Amino acid sequence: MAGTATPVSARPTIKPTLWQRLPLVSHLRQSIGLQRGMLVVGMVITAVIVLAAVFAPLIAPYGFAESRVDGVQFGRQQAPSAEHIWGTTVGGYDVFSRVIWGAQTALLVVIISVLLSIFAGVVLGLVSGYLGGWLDRILVVIADAIYPFPTLLIAIVVSIVLTGGESSLWGGVLAAAVAVTVVFIPQYFRVIRSEVVRLKAEAFVESAQVIGTSTVRIMFLHVLRNSTRTLPLIVTLNASEAILTLAGLGFLGFGIQPTAAAEWGYDLNRALSDTASGIWWTGVFPGISIVLLGLGLTLVGESINDIADPRLRTRKRPTKGVPA
Amino acid sequence: MTLLPAAEAPLTPPPAGSAKKSRQGLGLGRYIAIRAVLILPTVLILVTLVFFLMRVVGDPISASVGDRLTPAQLEERLTAAGFNRPILVQYFEYIGQIFTGNFGRTLTDNRPITEVLLQYGSATLELVIYALIVAFLIGIPLGLVAAYRKDRTPDAILRVLAILAYATPVFFAGLLLKLVFGVWLGVLPLSGRADTRVALALGRMDDPTGIYLIDAIRLGSPTAIGDVLAHAVLPALALGLLTAGVFLRLVRTNVISTLSNDYVNAARSRGVSEFRLVTKHAYKPALIPIITVIGLQIALMLGGAVLTETTFEWRGLGFQLTQYLNARDFVAVQGIVALLAVIVAVTNFVVDVIAALIDPRVRY
Repeated sequence: MAGTATPVSARPTIKPTLWQRLPLVSHLRQSIGLQRGMLVVGMVITAVIVLAAVFAPLIAPYGFAESRVDGVQFGRQQAPSAEHIWGTTVGGYDVFSRVIWGAQTALLVVIISVLLSIFAGVVLGLVSGYLGGWLDRILVVIADAIYPFPTLLIAIVVSIVLTGGESSLWGGVLAAAVAVTVVFIPQYFRVIRSEVVRLKAEAFVESAQVIGTSTVRIMFLHVLRNSTRTLPLIVTLNASEAILTLAGLGFLGFGIQPTAAAEWGYDLNRALSDTASGIWWTGVFPGISIVLLGLGLTLVGESINDIADPRLRTRKRPTKGVPA
Repeated sequence: MTLLPAAEAPLTPPPAGSAKKSRQGLGLGRYIAIRAVLILPTVLILVTLVFFLMRVVGDPISASVGDRLTPAQLEERLTAAGFNRPILVQYFEYIGQIFTGNFGRTLTDNRPITEVLLQYGSATLELVIYALIVAFLIGIPLGLVAAYRKDRTPDAILRVLAILAYATPVFFAGLLLKLVFGVWLGVLPLSGRADTRVALALGRMDDPTGIYLIDAIRLGSPTAIGDVLAHAVLPALALGLLTAGVFLRLVRTNVISTLSNDYVNAARSRGVSEFRLVTKHAYKPALIPIITVIGLQIALMLGGAVLTETTFEWRGLGFQLTQYLNARDFVAVQGIVALLAVIVAVTNFVVDVIAALIDPRVRY
């Protein structure tokens, strides 16, 4: 897969270890200069947010739905101060705590939705592409119909159906994740299907058929392994889009309920009316968090894309330099 | 998805029923015909999906006003609207109505849905056009600069900015713009499409188009034109920046790959300057792939319009859609979604045709 991309000099001597062939590691090894910089920055941003999410109970001074301490109210729309470093919201919650807890919600939704859509998209694409026939045609038409439609609208409709209005933490996270998943299945489906259709005509598949390998085995062993080379790219790009979709859902009020979990998009919605009176801290911090996570994931995806595409890849030059 | 120009641009060909070589020579007419026929299933599938998804929750009347009615009243209204008949009967009736242009009436304020669509659709159209203008004006020149300065500092900065534009949700961009230009600098209005007085004056015109700028020009009042434009700046920027980032990236990638073509190398060897190569030789061929992606961009913008309109209280289809969704008025929601599906399908059709006219290879 990435074999053609390895520098020629490195190839004959050492066979890359499993660690070196892992998606992000191998990309990091191939990259240089600006591209490596972008990849590293993206990975660092993402890692920081992941850490914030994992250690949220330790980092956040208050709970996401906590508006008083020892019976004393925080106060509403308080400016940033020593007690509340990023101020408090219109509902009297601590902005910093909600942003940290929000990272947890965002990552949960992203992970669940990406896993679900990979699983569903890959299986459908594999079956559809390899078996063909009427099932293939129907799936392609449906995927083509959904694909160009605004993703947010589909997510809204699905989310309403799943939650019926209100939701608990896991109910809300799952509903949001499934809503985001439905949107992305067609993308994975299309990519995997076109790869599978191409691979189906390859000699190794034919020889497997000739020696009587079962269809299921060919599909899930021979074809699947060779059709996943574009997945890391789509996963990272979809992850950043999932963040935006989740935030959009929350912003419009169709996401996770505020008492069930902290969600950046919802907080931005509540902050909208604050801006008119010049209160910036309720909106700016959750907003920046969305941007950073999206930026981190997109930078990683973007770099992978450039590295995978020889026309865009920056090559090592004899003269060192030209980094940004 | 928008970030994958190279991998995703070619749409999957229409169902490969008659995909034999015999098609060669039939050319453009047949291609357009096939594409036109494909609009129908696209719209049908989306409308069907939304219809059944919405009905999983229950019938529209219980969902929207159910808690305010006694069981007897509810039963009566259900019977009157025909919602207690088998779902398939209702479905085929609904499809039939849609094809005759009858979308029904909204449940919450009992208006014909076609009227709602016409009134708010024009507002959304106006917003999307402004945003597209912003996207073109910002995205294409900057994309050329990035390609011209590939892997140098300007390129690096522009690419990061483009990714930033992509990663920023439109409503956060809108919030920041409102904060800076509306509150801190106080130079632009915070929300709405026009001041109350201007909006009233525009509403009183006979035969208004609903597109405020056109109406204001017809009204002939400079203050009205200025007011309408001032209200449009921030929403257009918020929505347009997202797409500008996508255009920038597309132009950059395409110009760079065009620059490695033989004819460009030939020109380069004749001593044509690199700047002229970018602006004269590589520019136009690089725009063709962009046209094919614009269809997807418009769909993306419609989704973004829902968010932008909510942020700026721009009373368009998206704003209205969230209102109806919150009120659980599913008949209205279905109507709006159906219209959006038609718009998306038709846009993609038009884009496909334009692409085929420009580039004969697309017609396969």
